[in-house]
Amino acid sequence: MSNDSLDPRVNRLKLGAAGEVIKVEEGENWNVYEVFHQDKRGAHHEHVGCVHAPDPLLALVFAKEQFARRKKCVNLWVVKSADILAFDVEDEDMFANNLEKTYRDASGFKVMEKINKFKQSK
Amino acid sequence: MYGGGYIFDEPNGKQLREEQQHDEPEKLAAFEERIARGEKIEPGDWMPVEYRRQLIRLIEQHAHSEVIGALPEGTWITRAPGFKRKLALIAKVQDEIGHGQLLYNAAETLGKSREAMINDMLSGKSKYSNVFNYPAETWADVTVIGFLIDAAAIVNQVANAKGSYGPYCRALERICYEESFHLKQGHDAFIELAAGTPAQRDMVQDALNRWWQPIMHFFGPPDKSSQHSEKLMQWKVKMASNDEMRNQFLESYVPKIWELGLTLPDPNLRKNADTGRWEYSDPDWDEFFRVINGGGPCNEERLRVRKWAEEQGRWVRKALMNPGQKRAMPVA
Repeated sequence: MSNDSLDPRVNRLKLGAAGEVIKVEEGENWNVYEVFHQDKRGAHHEHVGCVHAPDPLLALVFAKEQFARRKKCVNLWVVKSADILAFDVEDEDMFANNLEKTYRDASGFKVMEKINKFKQSK
Repeated sequence: MYGGGYIFDEPNGKQLREEQQHDEPEKLAAFEERIARGEKIEPGDWMPVEYRRQLIRLIEQHAHSEVIGALPEGTWITRAPGFKRKLALIAKVQDEIGHGQLLYNAAETLGKSREAMINDMLSGKSKYSNVFNYPAETWADVTVIGFLIDAAAIVNQVANAKGSYGPYCRALERICYEESFHLKQGHDAFIELAAGTPAQRDMVQDALNRWWQPIMHFFGPPDKSSQHSEKLMQWKVKMASNDEMRNQFLESYVPKIWELGLTLPDPNLRKNADTGRWEYSDPDWDEFFRVINGGGPCNEERLRVRKWAEEQGRWVRKALMNPGQKRAMPVA
């Protein structure tokens, strides 16, 4: 069946018939890898998104195409999403900050007050 | 704008259990309070069934639009006038496919697989932006797409980037940054024709005349005919009404067209000095629905090309999954 497209490339393809059923199988689009981007040496790698890839090496190649096309990048990490361990979001309350933790904080120690008091008592 | 068509039922064909069909009132109230406070919703968070469904539909169809949208422009890469235009067009088309990937990733966090989304697009069940069902006949069409369709997309994406779903917002932030280059290179190519020879001006005027109606359709049907968008606005899935975005687009871009001495094919198009809003003739909405449902000049070609790509790329995807395997079977 000849195509009648404005696109010369499309006219060179052997396209299937209209309405043909094409189905992609589950898993055909590979695994998901999380991507971490470092914009200058010495900086942290920051999570920027993910790519689908069949293995870690290709994940790096795709990550370079996807996340390092423009802005500065000196290095990338990829890690399989399934290998990331995270807390359950339902447990968020365990991070609630106890306001009585001033003993862990620089602001919890009033040195000047004591020095001034000492000097005045002289 | 990426709406229309069906609403996805449940990821990967699983049926919802009875208790999952109804949101618990206390959880729903807590969820709505979070959104009202301006918090972002993240993938593992509790969310209403309808919120998840609408987001999957929205993000998935946005992703399809990026990928299908690259087809009419990709057509012109080999024929772009000049080396710089060719490089810019290749870069833009690559960006659009990249945007598709970012958006599919965002939609996947809601539980629908990439494969299921692609299958729904190939079968016509899931839609994409209607403008891409029209052909890019001349180079002037490419400049109109690069300038005005990208401008319209930016109006929409900037609004959506303030929405409530974290992964979608993060994807859009990146997308908007790249779209600003698309718009600029489109505007530049558009002006080059508009400020060029009489033949070039005729070309760009002709392209504008043909694209104006699809552009007016771009933001979707008028507010008076769209249903249940109130809840979506409250949940910050939809950030501005269709008419609101259309008006914002006209406000920013009609003057940029008129200042070049070009005209738009709508005698009623003007800004009302009293209300500060733009007035225009209602575009043909029957045509809009006819095209969405498969009756446009390019619907069939777009899907056939996408199916061809999936079919022809399959052996590569499979081979990469088993790099150790040199041959599928003994050759002799």
